[in-house]
Amino acid sequence: MTGTVYTETLIHAAPEAFVSEAPYQLIIVTLDDGTRVTGRVSGEPVSIDDHVVLADERNGVPFFRKIS
Amino acid sequence: MDSGRKALENAGIAPGQVEAFYLGNFAGPSFVGQSHLAPYIAGPMGLTGVPCTRVEAACASSGSAFFHAFSAVAAGLYDAVLVTGVEKMTSQQTPRVAEILAMAGECSTEGKAGATFPALFAMIARRHMHQYGTKREHLAAVAVKNHANGAKNPDAHMKKVITLEQAMAGKPIADPLNVYDCSLVSDGAASIVIAPLERAHEFTDRPVRILGISQTSDFVALDRKEDITVFRAVRAAAEKAYKMSGVGPKDIQLAEVHDCFTIAEIVAIEDLGFVAKGQGGPYTAEGCTALTGLRPVNTSGGLKAKGHPVGATGVAQLCDIVLQIRGEAGERQVAKHEIGLAQNLGGSGASAVVTILAAA
Repeated sequence: MTGTVYTETLIHAAPEAFVSEAPYQLIIVTLDDGTRVTGRVSGEPVSIDDHVVLADERNGVPFFRKIS
Repeated sequence: MDSGRKALENAGIAPGQVEAFYLGNFAGPSFVGQSHLAPYIAGPMGLTGVPCTRVEAACASSGSAFFHAFSAVAAGLYDAVLVTGVEKMTSQQTPRVAEILAMAGECSTEGKAGATFPALFAMIARRHMHQYGTKREHLAAVAVKNHANGAKNPDAHMKKVITLEQAMAGKPIADPLNVYDCSLVSDGAASIVIAPLERAHEFTDRPVRILGISQTSDFVALDRKEDITVFRAVRAAAEKAYKMSGVGPKDIQLAEVHDCFTIAEIVAIEDLGFVAKGQGGPYTAEGCTALTGLRPVNTSGGLKAKGHPVGATGVAQLCDIVLQIRGEAGERQVAKHEIGLAQNLGGSGASAVVTILAAA
């Protein structure tokens, strides 16, 4: 599953359950079919308009990786 | 309770004359472990034997409580209603506060992924910067202005003037937002009395008229919104409130807008029609929304400096517009103050209340 980064942020101040993972990047991806999903990033940081592919799913959360 | 008592004293109404009580509160049960908050707070104020109702709409809780109280008075049900907004947030540590606030987002997707409210608004900021060229300096200009105003407000949580350099260099929270882009974690309460205009003169010699009001909604999840640089609920509420009041954006002389984050003020002034879409940043940086500007915004210091006890915010905004209209805003009093607007936002835009007030 591939798509384009619609927006992103790098979270430094995390909620209680995620403190050990910070900093981490949160993104909204526009999938190729036009739908949007909220997810996280695996590997190198991404920017708006970067192409990404679904790399993993953890606890129901999609993790995307940049396609170079 | 002090806030409610003060409002009743100010309005010259005895507790026994209050026919209904509406409480705006977001997360009292999570913050302080107490539910059933409306009668819990009303009882010690001397209000028993009347309907006491808690309204929850995230950060728009008391704007919404005010909207429902207004609706009941306008429908002729009551002649004197007390509306209070309250939140006590500082009894929890910051990561737990972030977790409680995040429950106002879409828990099954945003929450599970580790989103925070600063993160949701950071993503709005990134997109606004991408689409319109909004700069980090524009966000910082909102913080500098609101801190300057808060320093003139005796009721503000933070009375500290900051420089642009300080605002640019705060501790990072969720890029591009730093600590100076975020509103405060505060304890606070605000109260207001609503009565039909024809009876208001019995209680006060300085009534303020509700010209127009509307509450609207949108999806909770940010990823369900087609364009996240627009709060559709705010646009819809503003359109209805303008229509009801018979005035337009150009007639609004001052406004309290929901600056939970600096980017939210920029988006709000655009969606309210004060400035064209995408121009909110430069408009702010040019000083148009300063106390001495064309149209002062957040003369109270806003959520940024006055503070953001979330459930109290909607009514607190209205109280500040009332002070300005009455000419009682002290050091922060603006020159033109006949018509003012308050905009209260819930979550990342799922609830919005817009109220237009005028000198009676």
